[in-house]
Amino acid sequence: MSEKQTGTGFLGWIDARFPLTKMFEEHLSKYYAPKNFNFWYFFGSLALLVLVIQIVTGIFLTMHYKPDGDLAFASVEYIMRDVDWGWLLRYLHSTGASAFFIVVYLHMFRALIYGSYQKPRELIWIFGMFIFLCLMAEGFMGYLLPWGQMSYWGAQVIISLFGAIPWVGDELTLWIRGDFVISDATLNRFFALHVVAVPLVLLMLVVMHIIALHEVGSNNPDGVEIKKNKDENGIPLDGIPFHPYYTVKDIVGVVVFLILFSVVVFFAPEMGGYFLEYANFVPANQFKTPEHIAPVWYFTPYYAILRAIPDKLMGVIAMFASIGILFFLPWIDRGKVKSVRYRSGAFKLLLVILVVSFIGLGYLGALPATEGRTMFARLFTIGYFGFFVGLWWISKNEATKPVPERVR
Amino acid sequence: MSSEVDNSRRRFLTAGTVVVGAVGTVAVAIPFVKSWSPSARARSAGAPVEANIGKLLPGQLIIVKWRGKPVWIVRRDEKALATLSDLGDSLRDEASDESIQPDYAKNEYRSRKPEILVMEGICTHLGCSPTYRPEITADFKGGFFCPCHGSKFDFAGRVYAGVPAPTNLPVPPHYYINDDVILIGEDGVA
Repeated sequence: MSEKQTGTGFLGWIDARFPLTKMFEEHLSKYYAPKNFNFWYFFGSLALLVLVIQIVTGIFLTMHYKPDGDLAFASVEYIMRDVDWGWLLRYLHSTGASAFFIVVYLHMFRALIYGSYQKPRELIWIFGMFIFLCLMAEGFMGYLLPWGQMSYWGAQVIISLFGAIPWVGDELTLWIRGDFVISDATLNRFFALHVVAVPLVLLMLVVMHIIALHEVGSNNPDGVEIKKNKDENGIPLDGIPFHPYYTVKDIVGVVVFLILFSVVVFFAPEMGGYFLEYANFVPANQFKTPEHIAPVWYFTPYYAILRAIPDKLMGVIAMFASIGILFFLPWIDRGKVKSVRYRSGAFKLLLVILVVSFIGLGYLGALPATEGRTMFARLFTIGYFGFFVGLWWISKNEATKPVPERVR
Repeated sequence: MSSEVDNSRRRFLTAGTVVVGAVGTVAVAIPFVKSWSPSARARSAGAPVEANIGKLLPGQLIIVKWRGKPVWIVRRDEKALATLSDLGDSLRDEASDESIQPDYAKNEYRSRKPEILVMEGICTHLGCSPTYRPEITADFKGGFFCPCHGSKFDFAGRVYAGVPAPTNLPVPPHYYINDDVILIGEDGVA
């Protein structure tokens, strides 16, 4: 036991019993990250920050919220009007939900342009995708809790999606709702999942995501493996310790993020109906469907795909496939070059098609469907899936530029 | 005691333990999964309900709550009934072969009595509640329109072709207790 105790004093006492210094070194002070991280590398740490914001504000909201079909809507208004600073807690939480998706979408886009999902980082990407699924589950179930019109009818629409599954569909929707319609039973179980079950899974996945990342090391904008060039001490020549270099860099990102975040929280928490939809300020009414049902903005791309396809089952399949296909990205991309900097013009074109299609779908998914818009949604749906087909096609024998030995 | 390890015996016991453990895990999961089914209270709230149509005017629609769902009762007038026979090819499931309705409502009017329509007001696409559009125009022969995704239905709840909803609106089981009172939720005696 005594030979393990390297330090002295209190820290030494701890280290003999718990690998505190060892963990600190492994993951921070002696975790060597590439020295060329740019703007796109802010979003991982920002996602962690938003997760903390959501957990803290969420815990405090549960202290006032009532997950009951008769009380839920009023309890949210009570938080907004009567609880000291309740409005701030709620707006932090609702803005945090949208911020989470902004940050995560940018984080995923970073992985896309620099090939961070490629070998040997497939598992990091897959853990990340499961995190994304958990986030969508959190967003969806959390949106039911205020028990407004859009909560109610949005959940009605999404749960009905499962009714499209042949044979078991109707039984399955009944089981999910726990009643013949969305009701108190549904609200109560969504509350339990939203505040306990999914966050636990989410936290576990975040830990796995980071452990997997630190096992293989971070990718970088050049897509070069820094572990290939080490000095005599085994330290990557192009690596710098995460702490203090990137902790300090990330703090800059945090400050800028919090400024923007605060602007939204204090001046535009509803964001023109995109972060909090107007119909949700009306209590849930199961006999009156709102004139126009649209999901919150972060779900609109998938919703647009669902609507673009005229067949119910096929629409549901396409919608789930649009997310499911992302899991296979590390194997769809057969290229060896990671970074967009050294990839072909065809890859860049596909990337543009993907971004345009995704934003286009997101825009259309928030609007009522018309014939013209549906045609565009179909076009963008083809563009979205076309990215993956095209990537598989071009990446086999891609005309890439020479990749440098070291990062620039 | 022999120091030799009987590996096949050990493998058998390990496999046996795993199998018994898996069976136990599945058995324990059942109560948790079943707890999500509608409770006894929710099921009893799904009991049949009565509706009085004595004061229902021609063209008027009333909504009755059954199993938490809106059930429409419409007294269709002559003009509305006349639209039903000449829609033909514009409907996806004209004969209601793929749709949900009791046998006694599987006819042109999708009802027990031609003028009285009893139907679940839940779109078969994604569960929105369509709105009643009794006006008969050149573009649309009247019926129901779902604001969510644009599905259209005729006065018998039959879905038009080329819209997202896959089947006609379902007709719940119902029967006439007398001329003015309908019981929704039971087929009654044929």
